[in-house]
Amino acid sequence: MLGTGQTEHRSKRLDVSMAGLCREAIDRALADAGTTWEQIDAVVLGKAPDLFEGVMMPELFLADALGAVGKPLLRVHTAGSVGGATAIVATTLIRAGVHRRVLAVAFEKQSESNAMWALSIQPPFTAPIGAGAGGYFAPHVRAYIRRAGAPPHVGALVAVKDRRNGALNPYAHLRQPEITCESVRSSVMLWDPIRYDETCPSSDGACAVVIGDQAAAEASTGHVAWIKATAMRSEPTSYSGKDHVDPRAGAEAARALWRAAGITAPIDEIDVAELYVPFSWYEPMWLENLGFAAPGQGWKLTEAGETAIGGRLPVNPSGGVLCSNPIGASGLLRFAEAAMQVMGRAGAHQVPGATTALGHAYGGGSQFFSMWVVGRRP
Amino acid sequence: MSVAVVGFAQSIGSVDLVPVFQRALANAGLERREVDFWCSGSSDYVVGRAFSFVSAVDAIGASPPICESHVEMDAAWALYEAYVKILAGEAETALVYGFGAASAGDIRRILALQLDPYTVAPLWPDAVSIAALQARAAIDAGVLSDVDLSDESDWVAPPIRVNHCAPVPDGAAAVVLAATERARQLRERPAWITGFAHRIDPQGLGERDLTTVPSATAAAAEADVAGVEVAELHAPYLHQGLLLRRAMGLGAKTRVTRRPAPMFAAGLARIGTAAEEILTGRSTVTLGHATSGPALQQNLVCVMRAEP
Repeated sequence: MLGTGQTEHRSKRLDVSMAGLCREAIDRALADAGTTWEQIDAVVLGKAPDLFEGVMMPELFLADALGAVGKPLLRVHTAGSVGGATAIVATTLIRAGVHRRVLAVAFEKQSESNAMWALSIQPPFTAPIGAGAGGYFAPHVRAYIRRAGAPPHVGALVAVKDRRNGALNPYAHLRQPEITCESVRSSVMLWDPIRYDETCPSSDGACAVVIGDQAAAEASTGHVAWIKATAMRSEPTSYSGKDHVDPRAGAEAARALWRAAGITAPIDEIDVAELYVPFSWYEPMWLENLGFAAPGQGWKLTEAGETAIGGRLPVNPSGGVLCSNPIGASGLLRFAEAAMQVMGRAGAHQVPGATTALGHAYGGGSQFFSMWVVGRRP
Repeated sequence: MSVAVVGFAQSIGSVDLVPVFQRALANAGLERREVDFWCSGSSDYVVGRAFSFVSAVDAIGASPPICESHVEMDAAWALYEAYVKILAGEAETALVYGFGAASAGDIRRILALQLDPYTVAPLWPDAVSIAALQARAAIDAGVLSDVDLSDESDWVAPPIRVNHCAPVPDGAAAVVLAATERARQLRERPAWITGFAHRIDPQGLGERDLTTVPSATAAAAEADVAGVEVAELHAPYLHQGLLLRRAMGLGAKTRVTRRPAPMFAAGLARIGTAAEEILTGRSTVTLGHATSGPALQQNLVCVMRAEP
């Protein structure tokens, strides 16, 4: 991973078109990577459903803006995990020896359309829930709290940590240095037990990364992030035995990832983790699913402050999805932030001495998982 | 490392995926659980709802969990992703599928939403009219003649007539890939992929010469089309087949076929059909092609041979 770039994420980026939004991230990624347009062999674009902008396959009209004209262009869509999948597809293109440098871009410009509308088109014969993603995930959060016996304020602790981390990140959409556990717990209840301050925003934003082969990395003047391992797993939305709290696809992806990266004790060997946490309680849930904590124990890491910068495993020092959620880009942002940490380029939210980092994304009904481990050394 | 097509099946008129998977796997002699990687291509706009590919995963029976990915493109590009995955040594076998039910809406109108949303799409230019601009430009430039496009069927958008338009039935297709040793175990005569390339041109109808197809020319050059006996082209309109043949430098001996083109499965089905030519021993060098976007904007070429 040679370099990263991202936009200033906001609820409405009315100052740029979709092309302008993507270019803002791409230009910064190329500059960070010390790479020119001519050196880019192929482009991979990731984005969540096309209905979010109201454009069918927008990479077609964006081909020129993405610098893809005359080159191969792939468009990935794996629901919320798509940003991670985009980076992984680009990595595979390099690993296969097909290309030397690949540009991976992901974006969402939610202000162009209406995500709630896009998510509410009713297929025949299904119950009209109309509660969006929060309504879908809230029962699974309640199940987690019951199963783990977690105290009710843990979700608020995650929100406070992430929003304060976001205040250290100049690109974050929500930056709330003054937020407190009390203010979170007095915010409006949206989907019990998820309150307003515990949910992700709707953002316009983009992220871009340049991934190169060994020769490209060795020719790089700045620090690079070495991709140690990648993993993807999928399972159906529902099936007999589906565990929405601790999805098997996520656990198996993590096991495969740790094995491939040569990691035996993730909590000791990972210095920082960027996890896809759209609702606060997903931090302790994913800590357990990924194997950082035993089942039912994840909330204890959060409660003890171990997931804050300076803790045993800092989680989402960038502020994470709780601060910025350009859906299609959110996964790539996690992967990019993990790389920025090991490259030592995370600015005010840098975790001191980070050498090994995890980037994680999930999507659909907790069924699509993509993740990678990056390191400061090859 | 070599990669070969070892199985193919398609369905015209139905998007029921399970029987298509079963037939493709039986054709390859592979069990469902032996597939290392699944990859699909489809479009939410064809179906008319977000996340439409998600329920397609149910057709796989993805429990225990699987390695799986999806492109919002014709499944020919999903095949490319799977091909690269095998080349990288991350999988030994893959099943790639595509599906599209254009009957869910007015596909010619829906495709207008692929155009620049700020300046072009608001005019709602339908897909046939855009193809007609291309055909007219080709005639005006002397690249094609009126004779090339003459028949007795009714006009749709002059110079395009009813018979110039490939039918767009609902349908699905599945192709099974395998790496070197596995392919040899599975099939006596695998269809070895010896060239696989794709490119994209700018979309703007005024930004490019609509009578040439640079992306197809570049993809064909990289994939090496020398000696191709049968070329299966994904040409939604008659004139596009002629432009592609010219752009890709396909010789007079090349047999070019045009067939029904289910949305997002058509390109994959062209590659599968070209592979069958080799699997069954009828040909030794074949080509499958896919196109995407208005007026042949994006093109993919897959060349297969009886020898790796």
